[in-house]
Amino acid sequence: MSPVPILAVRDLSVRLGGRKGFLQRTILPVQAVKQVSLDLRAGEILSLVGESGCGKTTLGRTILGLQRESAGEILLEGRTVSGLAPEAARRARSIVQYAHQDAGAALDPWWSIGRTLEEGLLIHGVRNASERRDRVAAMLQAVGLDATSARRYPHEFSGGQLRRLALARILLLQPRVLILDEPTSGLDMSVQATVLNLLLELRERFALTYLFISHDLSVVERLSDRVAIMYLGRIVESGPAKQVFAQPTHPYTRTLLAAAPRLTGRRASGPSLVRGDPPNPTLVLPGCAFFDRCPVAMPVCQEAPPRLEPVAPGHDVACYGAFIEQTASIGAKRRA
Amino acid sequence: MIHILRKLSRDLPAMLGLGIVLFVLVLAILGPLLAPYPEDAAASHLTRRLRPPSAAYPFGTDNLGRDIFSRVILGARGALSIALTVVSTAMLIGVPLGLIAGYRGGWVSEGIMRVTDVVLAIPQLVLALALAQLMSPSLESAMLALSLTYWPFFTRIVYAETRRLSASLFVDALRGIGAGTSRIVFLHILPNALSPVIVRATIGLGFTILVAAVLGFLGMGATPPAPDWGLAIAESRTYLPRAWWYATFPGLAILITVMGFNLLGDGLRDIVDPRIRRSR
Repeated sequence: MSPVPILAVRDLSVRLGGRKGFLQRTILPVQAVKQVSLDLRAGEILSLVGESGCGKTTLGRTILGLQRESAGEILLEGRTVSGLAPEAARRARSIVQYAHQDAGAALDPWWSIGRTLEEGLLIHGVRNASERRDRVAAMLQAVGLDATSARRYPHEFSGGQLRRLALARILLLQPRVLILDEPTSGLDMSVQATVLNLLLELRERFALTYLFISHDLSVVERLSDRVAIMYLGRIVESGPAKQVFAQPTHPYTRTLLAAAPRLTGRRASGPSLVRGDPPNPTLVLPGCAFFDRCPVAMPVCQEAPPRLEPVAPGHDVACYGAFIEQTASIGAKRRA
Repeated sequence: MIHILRKLSRDLPAMLGLGIVLFVLVLAILGPLLAPYPEDAAASHLTRRLRPPSAAYPFGTDNLGRDIFSRVILGARGALSIALTVVSTAMLIGVPLGLIAGYRGGWVSEGIMRVTDVVLAIPQLVLALALAQLMSPSLESAMLALSLTYWPFFTRIVYAETRRLSASLFVDALRGIGAGTSRIVFLHILPNALSPVIVRATIGLGFTILVAAVLGFLGMGATPPAPDWGLAIAESRTYLPRAWWYATFPGLAILITVMGFNLLGDGLRDIVDPRIRRSR
């Protein structure tokens, strides 16, 4: 484990949209990401889990540099790369690349695959045309596609092949950190498995670190070293995947895990199910964002948002209830 | 490209349009070789004025004894070159403005689009007449007037397409891999936005031929003795209805050419934009 994380995010906040204008309707901004801190160590797979609209993708795009941060810091291998204008930010963060959720729509329909793949190399200063062609052919083979794919167009490929193309496109730029946005959504089970195996294989081969954005818990459990659970822009629980899945501590994590469909074992039941919808994200509530859906809410939860505190080494939770339970159990042990 | 042609070949009206356009194109290029009396573009023969159609003069002769058949053929080049000049000038103005307005946003975009709306709101023929009147009546001023009134159509189309495309995922992905603005706009957005522009340009060619003929008829376009179709109809007015052939054949030439461009344009639009495809 290297001492300096390859990617570190410190108290990152992102505000989206918002418009106040003459003769125009005022639109309130959305605080999509709130004071998020993350460490990504070289070689590991960190999964970012949460329901739709919780800010996972925004966080990914902000780390990449497509979205500007409104506060906080991003460090790559210890260097600060935040606070830059969008194009400068992209240049400084070229070791980070992003794979879109919809791999097909991320390709220009008028450009052949070969031309699209070579374009990235051209942008990154590979002037020699035959070198570009060779590297594209080699990379297509590395992701398990035929070299003749270069002559074809995006609409001629299946969903699984498009994921492979998307990976080939960004891997050509020799990244070290990949942000994978729902890399398996919309694929059938057998194709999902091959894509996941390919991801693991590529990680070995190119020494990659993954930030894996997903809401598919079964995939997350199988693939990741560590997990961070997001709810309404905040990380509410993070820790080693095994531990979080075995001992979910935050009530939201518990409900999320309980709601996941399983082939074996218990069914999701009564009180642990999440009630209602997440609150309007433009509202700024003083307390815990999960308050009105939480099964174990207490009056203190409405006063200030809970901070992430360790419940076990490396396992952090942002919930007042978790600590009361813990102190209670410690107290009980002492008395005994 | 082959795919588009194959689809087009199944569309009978569009094929008819394509045939007419190609025919007019051949006339325009080879006009002086095909016309039986190519010198009649300028010469006059007062001894054979206003002859009705016959074997020697299939469309009859005009008030100066010139062969109308030859002059209709010779007129194709003028009509087509006006149309091409006007439409390409309009595209040269309209397409970049649409790209800027669509990609930039903010007050630049607002400014461009409001000016576009204002120009679009004025009837084209009225503005063209006013401009042609301000300058001296000549073919050049008519062409300039038509170009200056036709660009907003292209700006509107390109603006809408650019808006749609710059929000699309593939443009986002390009920004992600570090592509610069000019690469994104010229190599990716422009080619993707081009098909509706080509459709509009095809229809615009026909429309411009019609408006140019109207300007010629009103004396704001081509000047005598040019073999212009609109001008010929204007000159024929004093000899109607006796010399019916004088106005009829140039009129038919305008009708068929404009119809050809419109049929072709409609056919192309049906291929490019499936949302408004005719049910069949």
